[in-house]
Amino acid sequence: MQYHSPNSFEDAAALALAATGTTRFLAGGTDVLVQLRADIITPDTVIDIKNIPGTQNITCNADGSWTLGVATPGAEMREHAGLGQDWPGLVEAMDLIGSTQVQGRATLVGNLCNGSPAADSVPAMATAGVELSITNAQGTRRVPVMDIPAGPGRTHLTQGDVISAVHIPARGERGGDAYLRFIPRTEMDIAVVGCAVNLRLDTAGVITEASVSLGAVAPTVLVLDDAADTLIGSTLDDASLDRLAEAASAACNPISDKRGTIEFRTHVAGVLAKRAAKIAYARAQGVTK
Amino acid sequence: MKTIHVTTTVNGDTVEYLCDPRETMLDVLRDRLNLTGAKEGCGTGDCGACSVTVDDRLVCSCLMLGVEAEGKTITTVEGIADGENLHPLQKKFIEYAALQCGICTPGILVAAKSLLEKNPDPTESEVRYWLAGNLCRCTGYDKIIRAVMDTAADMREAS
Ligand SMILES: Cc1cc2nc3c(=O)[nH]c(=O)nc-3n(C[C@H](O)[C@H](O)[C@H](O)COP(=O)(O)OP(=O)(O)OC[C@H]3O[C@@H](n4cnc5c(N)ncnc54)[C@H](O)[C@@H]3O)c2cc1C
Ligand code: FES
Ligand code: FES
Repeated sequence: MQYHSPNSFEDAAALALAATGTTRFLAGGTDVLVQLRADIITPDTVIDIKNIPGTQNITCNADGSWTLGVATPGAEMREHAGLGQDWPGLVEAMDLIGSTQVQGRATLVGNLCNGSPAADSVPAMATAGVELSITNAQGTRRVPVMDIPAGPGRTHLTQGDVISAVHIPARGERGGDAYLRFIPRTEMDIAVVGCAVNLRLDTAGVITEASVSLGAVAPTVLVLDDAADTLIGSTLDDASLDRLAEAASAACNPISDKRGTIEFRTHVAGVLAKRAAKIAYARAQGVTK
Repeated sequence: MKTIHVTTTVNGDTVEYLCDPRETMLDVLRDRLNLTGAKEGCGTGDCGACSVTVDDRLVCSCLMLGVEAEGKTITTVEGIADGENLHPLQKKFIEYAALQCGICTPGILVAAKSLLEKNPDPTESEVRYWLAGNLCRCTGYDKIIRAVMDTAADMREAS
């Protein structure tokens, strides 16, 4: 195993392009190391990106948008004063990952690129409209987060691509997001279903923008345009909540395993969608944080 | 296999070692630096027995490569006491008998110390959540939680 610790994304991309065999970028390592130790994947090349300047920075830009370094651990996101005010759902989703120790290292980008359909931060990133910079030999381009997942354990990144920044939109007026997951325990478990909702209201409390996403109910995280449409124009009355739950359940294409049957996951998706929508709505109204 | 030279700070001392890039920080601590306080319970981030701090951030040393320590500051359970003087948490763990076999104890002490540095006045549920990644097969947790809460109270009074 070759270990590299480049000082720029250009160098990281060049190293990845030149590498033969299996290559892994090392952000927090909480997936890479587990796979290495369990002899699931022993990379031939590991490219540690944490020594690239700025990779641990959280920056609020002049227009209210946020730029996060790709190695920013969950603990830094949670401890940041402003980020959680703007995007509580995204910060909570990241915070649900693992223990305090795992939070000390785990990153949004690692969670995304590991390619688990149950990755907790991905639905929240999708509904927030997060975009990523991807650097390769051709330069740097910007893509929406949902361009990355391809299937369990797979992404649409190609050899020589490295994600070089995380862009979170400005929160703007009367917006709120939320993420909820169902797990059989209270801590330290993988989502049986995860659901993120992001809403914007007009001054009368009518929903003008909505985004709904589910995790762990299909081979990749799903973004549900139908479910979002059921909310737009409503004030989150019972009828629209019921339509939301129906649309969320209808979108599910889950597997059955020891942690949840198809029927259970499908039902819970609807329940979580309703609950997450209520939290997002209250946050958008400024009622709760 | 090419080994890599690493210079880092462990418990206040500058240390240097050569390590295989596949070696974890936990292996380096135990096998190269002879600091066997951090334990390997699972090797996969689930049990917390290997907890250390890296630049004041609590992490599992089993999920970190030894080569990543270059230029960092690491604290293990061996660095908690001040010479012969035990840290208040260590004293309280003895007083409360908050350990039995002791495998989890180094990790719990490191984790609890890190909590109290960030939050000197945690609620019981904050302590329980903070330590959720530290498994103990012996004590049933209650004594551990009470020892941490009581240490926090004593330390607040003393300061
Ligand atoms: C005890 C434990 C509990 C966990 N609990 C949860 C949980 O509840 N929910 C959950 O979703 N996950 C959980 N995980 C999984 C893991 O912690 C998360 O997926 C985490 O976010 C991964 O981030 P990382 O920075 O550690 O990734 P790494 O392990 O560093 O990398 C993961 C993958 O991303 C790729 N990658 C990293 N950075 C880049 C980049 N800049 N560009 C391109 N590719 C990149 C790597 O090549 C690798 O394939 C848990 C893990 C452990 C050990
Ligand atoms: S040995 Fe590291 S968490 Fe169990
Ligand atoms: S005292 Fe035995 S594992 Fe905790």
